[in-house]
Amino acid sequence: MLSRWGLRGAVLVYLGALLLVPTGLVFYRTFEHGLGAFWDSVTTPAAQHAFQLTLELAAIAVPLNTIFGIAMALALVRGRWRGKALVEAIIDLPFAVSPVIIGLSLLLVFGREGWIHLPFQVMFALPGMALATIFVSLPFVVREVVPVLREVGDEQEQAAATLGATGWQTFRRITLPSLRWGVAYGVVLSVARAIGEFGAVSVVSGHIAGKTDTLTLLVQERFENFDVRGAYAASALLAAIALATLFTMTLTRRRTA
Amino acid sequence: MLASRPLSRRAAGNGAGLGLGLGTLWLSLIVLLPLAAVVAKSTDGGWSAFWHAVSSRQAVDALELTLGASLLVAAISAVMGTATAWVLVRDEGIPGPVRSVFNAVIDLPFALPTIVAGITLLALYKDVAFTRTAIVLALLFVTLPFVVRAVQPVLLELDREMEEAAASLGASALTTFRRIILPNLLPAIVSGAALAFARAVGEFGSVVLFSGNIPFKSQVASVFIFSQVESDNTAGAASVSVVLLAISVVVLLGIRRVGRSHA
Repeated sequence: MLSRWGLRGAVLVYLGALLLVPTGLVFYRTFEHGLGAFWDSVTTPAAQHAFQLTLELAAIAVPLNTIFGIAMALALVRGRWRGKALVEAIIDLPFAVSPVIIGLSLLLVFGREGWIHLPFQVMFALPGMALATIFVSLPFVVREVVPVLREVGDEQEQAAATLGATGWQTFRRITLPSLRWGVAYGVVLSVARAIGEFGAVSVVSGHIAGKTDTLTLLVQERFENFDVRGAYAASALLAAIALATLFTMTLTRRRTA
Repeated sequence: MLASRPLSRRAAGNGAGLGLGLGTLWLSLIVLLPLAAVVAKSTDGGWSAFWHAVSSRQAVDALELTLGASLLVAAISAVMGTATAWVLVRDEGIPGPVRSVFNAVIDLPFALPTIVAGITLLALYKDVAFTRTAIVLALLFVTLPFVVRAVQPVLLELDREMEEAAASLGASALTTFRRIILPNLLPAIVSGAALAFARAVGEFGSVVLFSGNIPFKSQVASVFIFSQVESDNTAGAASVSVVLLAISVVVLLGIRRVGRSHA
């Protein structure tokens, strides 16, 4: 009995000290001077611009990775070809590679002395930051769609094909609808990751204030400029997005289960 | 049924072929080409330049600190993650709704941006800021879900009859745990801890503000790489990156092997 209470207490203290109390404190610090102060802090021109840029990056990266994710999942589950294990391992790489290395790698390809020179500026501008965001959020949709695709099998697709449906019709009417919750879950995770990415974007952004600052970069910039309250406000905004993500995840997971 | 096979296979085959082509192109462009550039850059000045970069005192210190802290964090995470999974799955003394709230909150470190995680911990633990303790705290935070989420499903599936049999034969709670439960959970604990380790090795955002980035004292490898990029030493940054990449790849392959032998 004693050991049970000991274990429970240890776990609750651990989760409280590491997760709940620090997160709660940031919200408290943000709102202790009232909602007005918070509102002023997150609606400055710099903050608005950062918010807009963050959403733009997610809006570029997530649809592209969703199309990639569905196509790759189909190829992995339905196709027959050599080297699947290798491709699966490569898909997982963005989870294992440090964000800083991701940023550096893009810098080495698209930077001043890089391998590829495009007619428009890639580094320290929107395209480079979009590439970084795509890199870090690449695996989520594939990871979520592959198990769903295995689960549903291909009997319905075969039936559709027997009845004369073309490959595209079968995909649109049969395959895609059966994947919707898997895709939705993957998209939610990708959006959260895209909005929250810091390290990779930090390397390729060049930190041009009011130009290439995302919300996460704004947090750092404010903190380093001793605007701690402003940093907390932007953090609270990001934390609220994270909590909304958690909530959506719990809802969609119940649907997929 | 038989007659339909070739038709459907062709339909599926076309889609899969197209998917494979586009997918591979995308992967190569976004992931492989840039990582290849890192490896190429690290050996730009030949083997001796690579060795010189990774054996500089600051690089060695940063790598040692990173590996040490990551190992410690993986170990703590293995113990506390297993305990957390246990409480979430088995502890009926805590009301169901409270457990579901805790269950949802476990994923918070995955959803929360890392820079916010750093700020969050800094708000509460100012006293340890800019120390190695800060690094361990930050890494514990960001890796918290891995072991819990690996162990939880195994614990749910675990047959309670074995435990009851052991208990009825006079085994103490500790013996039952050590002899019956732990062996069943071990593969999940190991793979969860390995994922936590791999994540900790590359972690940047949660550490960069909290650790203070003091060379030889609280500078982890990812922050060291960042500072080298900032001071335009991309070759040095790439060299240390290759060491970290190699560690990640080895850990990833190891996890796949553990997963396969217990699948």
